[in-house]
Amino acid sequence: MTEQHKQLVACHECDLLLREINLKSGHTAACPRCGASLYRKTTESLSRTLAICLAAALFFLIANIYPILGIESRGNGNATNLYGAVSSLWDQEMHFISVLVFVTAIIIPALELSLLIYLLLPLRLGLVPPGLALIMRFLQNIKPWGMVEVFMLGILVALVKLTDNFSIIPGVALWSFGGVTFLMAAVATTFNPRDVWARLNWHYKQKEQA
Amino acid sequence: MSYTDASTTAASLGLCTCHVCGLLSRYDGNATSAHCPRCNARIHLRRQHSIKQCWALLIAAYILYIPANLMIIMETGSLISYRKDTILSGVVHLWQTGSMFIAAIVFVASIVVPLFKLIALSYLLISVQRRSKRYMHKRSQLYRLIELVGRWSMLDIYVVTLLAALVQLQSFALVKAGPGAIAFGAVVVLTMFASMKFEPRLIWDPLQPKPLKES
Repeated sequence: MTEQHKQLVACHECDLLLREINLKSGHTAACPRCGASLYRKTTESLSRTLAICLAAALFFLIANIYPILGIESRGNGNATNLYGAVSSLWDQEMHFISVLVFVTAIIIPALELSLLIYLLLPLRLGLVPPGLALIMRFLQNIKPWGMVEVFMLGILVALVKLTDNFSIIPGVALWSFGGVTFLMAAVATTFNPRDVWARLNWHYKQKEQA
Repeated sequence: MSYTDASTTAASLGLCTCHVCGLLSRYDGNATSAHCPRCNARIHLRRQHSIKQCWALLIAAYILYIPANLMIIMETGSLISYRKDTILSGVVHLWQTGSMFIAAIVFVASIVVPLFKLIALSYLLISVQRRSKRYMHKRSQLYRLIELVGRWSMLDIYVVTLLAALVQLQSFALVKAGPGAIAFGAVVVLTMFASMKFEPRLIWDPLQPKPLKES
């Protein structure tokens, strides 16, 4: 890396070579040719993301333990939590669907939250967690597969379909999923990976000087 | 942003941007060994075999799109009624029973979005292969739209899962997921992989005076 290259970036969607500019906080730089967003300037992005992640993890835990919905009709009733729904599909020989839901609605969001906390907590304390680069890479790869917000909409559609024939008992997890959806969206807008890499650069420099 | 030059790409100068951390570094010309000096991710000027792999996934998705729409996705049985629904008939039923807003949402997520993805990705691939120089900006936007909306097709899978798990009241009321759901889930997964494999930088490469060796 030469000094000359330091100010250069390439658009990740059209490969146009650009000179970096200074942004005001809250602003996003976009590629002048294809319009892709390139990078953002945020304040305190790492601390804020950590706080939201912790809240989201708590909601996510509640959302997975308690029932989402219960139905009742003439004395017959049933309720399920998310894992119950997944295992029920598995028992109905719908293995592919069961795994798909298990991965996209439980595993990936859980991994996203726990790995972000694992990264951000040490960074907040001025340490570099082992495997940082590997985890950042992994997080980027799994991101498209975390679908909490789609699942939330799925709950609402299922709810509407059920109201015709059953009385509905909304579970604690229904509200918690609402919270998780909101907080995960907040994580996505607050977290700025650039700040993580900037922190890493800073640590390397400190090491070199020592 | 300011242009360094009107159309200089990083690749034309032998530079390569890391898709994980965004660092620009010199590319050593070896596709199997090049790594980002900062985060150690594999780097490449253009995604390897992007067009071939994208087509393969897309064709598989086209094939499965047929059973996904023709086969039963959900069976609903109760004391008074019994029905088998495909994706489309499920939407129609929702519309007829008065939930028009929800019917519209499901229609967009399960029918419009998958079809849009298949057609739009095919168009992008063909235009890139023909090295078309038309509508480049529009095509970049189209790619971003595909990435944005693709995930919402999972909606029906979640609805079926919840209903099939909840409505299990023995002889009284029963919902079962049908084989159409498996095909439909596969279409969603395949099109998501296909759009990840697509290399948007290929859209702009025809502007370069000499073609890249590697891609």
